[in-house]
Amino acid sequence: MELIALLSATVRMATPLIFVAIGETYSERAGVMNIGLEGLMLIGAITAYTAVFFTGSLFFGLIAAMLAAMLFGFGFAYLAVTIKANQIVTGAALNMIGLGVSGFIYRVVFANTGIVSAVKTLPAIPLPFLSEIPFAGPILFNQNALVYFVFILTPITAFVLNKTSLGLSIRAVGEHPRAVDSVGLPVFRLRYGCILFAAALAGLGGAYLPIAHANQFVEGLTAGRGFIALTMVPFAGWTIPGVFLGGLLFGAAYALQLRLQVAQLAIAYQFLQTLPYLLTLAVLILSRNRTEQPKALCVPYEAG
Amino acid sequence: MSEPSTTPAMPKPPASRLDLRSRSGQLWGAVRRSLMPLLAVAAALLVGAILLLIFGYDPIQAYATMWHGIFGSQRNISEVLLKATPVVFTGVAVAIAYSCGIWNIGAEGQFYLGAIGATYVGVYWGDLPGFALLLLVMFAGFIGGGLWAVIPGLLKTWINANEVVVTIMLNYIALGISSYLVTGPMKEASGYFPQTDMIADAARLPRIWLPTRLHVGVILAVILAILVTILLYRTPLGFEIRTIGSNRNAARFAGMPVKRTIIIAMLLSGGSAGLGGAVEIAGLTGRLFAHISPGYGFDGIAVSLIVNNNPLGTIFSGLLFGGLRAGSEIMQISAGIPSVLIQIIQGMTIAFVIAFGVYNILQTQQQKI
Amino acid sequence: MTPSPIPRLEVKNITKRFPGVLANDNISLSILPGEIHALLGENGAGKTTLMNIVYGLVHRDSGEILINGMPVNIRSPREAIQHRVGMVHQHFMLVPTLTVAENVILGMRPFTHHLLDMREIEQDILKIAEKYGLQIKPSELISRLSVGEQQRVEIVKALYRGVDLLILDEPTAVLTPQETTELFKTIRSLTKQGLSIIFITHKLNEVMEVADRISVLRDGKLIATKSVQETDKDELAFLMVDRCISFTVEKPEMKRGEPVLVVKDLTVSDKFRTQVDHISFHVCSGEILGIAGVDGNGQNELALSLSGLLRPSSGKILLNGKDVTHESVRKLNRVGLGHIPADRQNLGLVMDFTVAENLILQRYYCSPFTTTLGFFDLAQIQENAQRLVREYDIRTRTTQTKLNHLSGGNQQKVILAREIDQKPKLLIAVQPTRGLDCGATEYIHQILVEQRNAGAAILLVSTELDEILALSDRICVMYEGKIMGELLNTGEDILRIGRLMAGVTDS
Repeated sequence: MELIALLSATVRMATPLIFVAIGETYSERAGVMNIGLEGLMLIGAITAYTAVFFTGSLFFGLIAAMLAAMLFGFGFAYLAVTIKANQIVTGAALNMIGLGVSGFIYRVVFANTGIVSAVKTLPAIPLPFLSEIPFAGPILFNQNALVYFVFILTPITAFVLNKTSLGLSIRAVGEHPRAVDSVGLPVFRLRYGCILFAAALAGLGGAYLPIAHANQFVEGLTAGRGFIALTMVPFAGWTIPGVFLGGLLFGAAYALQLRLQVAQLAIAYQFLQTLPYLLTLAVLILSRNRTEQPKALCVPYEAG
Repeated sequence: MSEPSTTPAMPKPPASRLDLRSRSGQLWGAVRRSLMPLLAVAAALLVGAILLLIFGYDPIQAYATMWHGIFGSQRNISEVLLKATPVVFTGVAVAIAYSCGIWNIGAEGQFYLGAIGATYVGVYWGDLPGFALLLLVMFAGFIGGGLWAVIPGLLKTWINANEVVVTIMLNYIALGISSYLVTGPMKEASGYFPQTDMIADAARLPRIWLPTRLHVGVILAVILAILVTILLYRTPLGFEIRTIGSNRNAARFAGMPVKRTIIIAMLLSGGSAGLGGAVEIAGLTGRLFAHISPGYGFDGIAVSLIVNNNPLGTIFSGLLFGGLRAGSEIMQISAGIPSVLIQIIQGMTIAFVIAFGVYNILQTQQQKI
Repeated sequence: MTPSPIPRLEVKNITKRFPGVLANDNISLSILPGEIHALLGENGAGKTTLMNIVYGLVHRDSGEILINGMPVNIRSPREAIQHRVGMVHQHFMLVPTLTVAENVILGMRPFTHHLLDMREIEQDILKIAEKYGLQIKPSELISRLSVGEQQRVEIVKALYRGVDLLILDEPTAVLTPQETTELFKTIRSLTKQGLSIIFITHKLNEVMEVADRISVLRDGKLIATKSVQETDKDELAFLMVDRCISFTVEKPEMKRGEPVLVVKDLTVSDKFRTQVDHISFHVCSGEILGIAGVDGNGQNELALSLSGLLRPSSGKILLNGKDVTHESVRKLNRVGLGHIPADRQNLGLVMDFTVAENLILQRYYCSPFTTTLGFFDLAQIQENAQRLVREYDIRTRTTQTKLNHLSGGNQQKVILAREIDQKPKLLIAVQPTRGLDCGATEYIHQILVEQRNAGAAILLVSTELDEILALSDRICVMYEGKIMGELLNTGEDILRIGRLMAGVTDS
């Protein structure tokens, strides 16, 4: 029973990471690294939280979160693609802005006014029949709607990337944008598209935290998940299935950390809290030189 | 693509419009470079004002409060200098690493490790003779922060690990360590609060503007910025650091010890941030507690970037952001406007600096070392 | 040929200005159906710019383009393709991580027609390739193909799009003489099917061999258009370059001394392949040894390993009789190795440093640049720069000007000045004149010969056979990492060298 609970929590904790990392895989395949995912997640989180709080609609909250993150993602795309700014600096600025904007809105709208601030959350929906499969059922099929969405999104995004002409163009634009330009494909639009897609998913991953994982917003609640998702992408060799598995690994670290904290062990809770970060460093060291990164990653495209 | 080297390089977008080679062009370029960051800050403040309007505040009143918070009194001015001090340290830290082509987003963590090292020496070795203790406290800060930054340096040179991710992770881990120490092994002997004991009096930095809290650390910050500038522009080591930062391949070609230099640069970078932590402990707080830094390490990124990572420039940008932070805290107290506004303004400032294309910020290097 | 057919392509009064350069100055020419039209000119004459305008990659400032007699406005490659114009770029526009078929169809299907049935696409590609007698394997990854094969993929890519006019930008630069012959056969068979070909080159022999008509460009201007029957090499050479017509350097008799560099059984390999394969040779003081070969046959790796930048996997390198196989770059530099690298902007120079800084890139830590106290002596650094700028005629406003404000020739002179001022015993010069104009090329050749006369050993690596023949005393030919043969340079063994470059051994 304990194991089932742990694995079920693993899947729940993995979901937001997988969303964000799928988006970033697209973005990096197209040649743009966005280290501002953390900021975008925070934007998504505060937007979803505020929207759900005032409208009571979870669906609206999720849509709003994606749109808000896309708005900021558009700003990032403008600087990184059109202005050809350094992607690391731009992403760093995006993180500051995300942290600032989410904190500002939270304090102005909620903390300062003393509104009671729990919101309703996505319920677990046991799937008929499937959830009754022993062992796997409660782990995989008694989850909230966003977890199921990740199950669907993973194969779809993998298929689009590998088997369609759009995916072909995306893979090409991150390797050799000039070749893509020379056959008349729009390099900038492809990159904008991937950045916006990644932003939407980062917004969704951020929204997951206050309305599926907890029922609260806390300043900086993403706690580095954006960076962890960023690390998962090279670890997964820039593939979607890899990102899915990597997400489960980190989900397990989070789930384990929570379990152990509850278990009142003699280990200081601060060390348990750093578990995902230590795992990230370990993964970074293990994933060295496993696959070549997209050739044009972080290189702005200069036409003509 | 068209016959590469005959059409002279790619024209840099910002400079191509005016002929930088002419003398008036050079002058104009210099003016532009020094005005643009200010313009970027102004634009960021404007964005802040719009945000304030949206949420029903009067931006003029808010900024007036902030202005008062900066210049309103002797005490306020001293607080600005106090806030500027740590961000000059972290700004210099970011600038050194950047000169070597490394993005040190981890000044926050290095600041913490410096503070921890300084506190340890100040509390537990308190009976050392006066000045020696103070020196040792500073040295412990330097080493604490420096070694923490050597980790991403080693990972960078060893497996070409993305230093951004590594330094961010180390920030979280540093916070965890600090939090653990002040609740556990280093918790104050008598009290209830999660903080350490006070460091020995001999380990404290002298105050220089009584009755305010301003201490000699502010002067140390300026000296550090000057020393680092001399190091970078007047010594062989600095030349190596800058060459590696501009073109790692050329550095190898020229026979420079690339890996060793990156490690040294990271030691100096983290050391600067760590010194900042030590100065904060020895000059201001006198003890370590869990959230000793409200984000000074992250401020350092903006401080360094808006002056094109020029260590001397961080004195001015440090004052600017120190002022904004001090002012925003007053604004929070007297007008109830959350001081996180400052984070938005910093982020927007960087965005505007990029958008105005003032500097040709170097593209992240892809080459293996 | 039918009387005055409508030209497939006509450009009228095309002008294009880049910052500081008039790349195309009022150029007009026309390409007939089924003709091979060569665009001949030196580096920087404006050939590629003109064709990039036709292909929509660069936008003209003024002028007109007509296709089949209709005025068109081509603003992007997509529109060029719609007008049945294709281009094979000098640097291939192929994505190495994708397959041949994926590269061919890239951009062909709108995103709305999602699914890719690769098997069907591969069949289509094979059909087209067979029709024109081109051998390719559609399911292979580009990164596994030889340069010649990649070029065939580029041509198939254009044919798959149904082009009538195919622009080839310096197509022979990367080919062996034998592959070049093969390419010319292909081109002729294409024109028999009605295609027009524009062939950009700076090589006179090729023009005379394959072209129907020739347009000569110089300094952005169209100098003349001639049909191949009414001209000859001498006239074309004269039209192409107005100054240095004879491409020979005055070279006194060689005074060969002791061997300076001895390479024994040297091998360099990485994870994937062996780039330098058990090579042995030597260079004596007072001689120039030329390493000939098509680009990418291990010459770069050889040069990098000799200068300490790449670790050899086995073998020995002796410099002045001492084993230096595993010495550091700095040590090699100190014992007298100078290196003019192939990739000057990425390896030899720091583009955003000043001229003065670039001139001390290796010796910055030595006296007199660094004082005994460990600080720079700016006056000495400045003096050094002023002296070298004067001696080597580096055209720069000041010694504090950043390198990216200098022209390619002057950038190369900075490297040359720095390396030669250290009085090297061995000078490795890799592609020392690539991309430079005629004047700079001549100057650099002169300096290399001067160094040889003064007793330095010079290893010249070049893919330009003309350069090898003009400068070398001895020649080694490299092919797939091996030295295929070695000969004294009499200037008369072009055919043999060509065979060696293609990997055909003497028998």
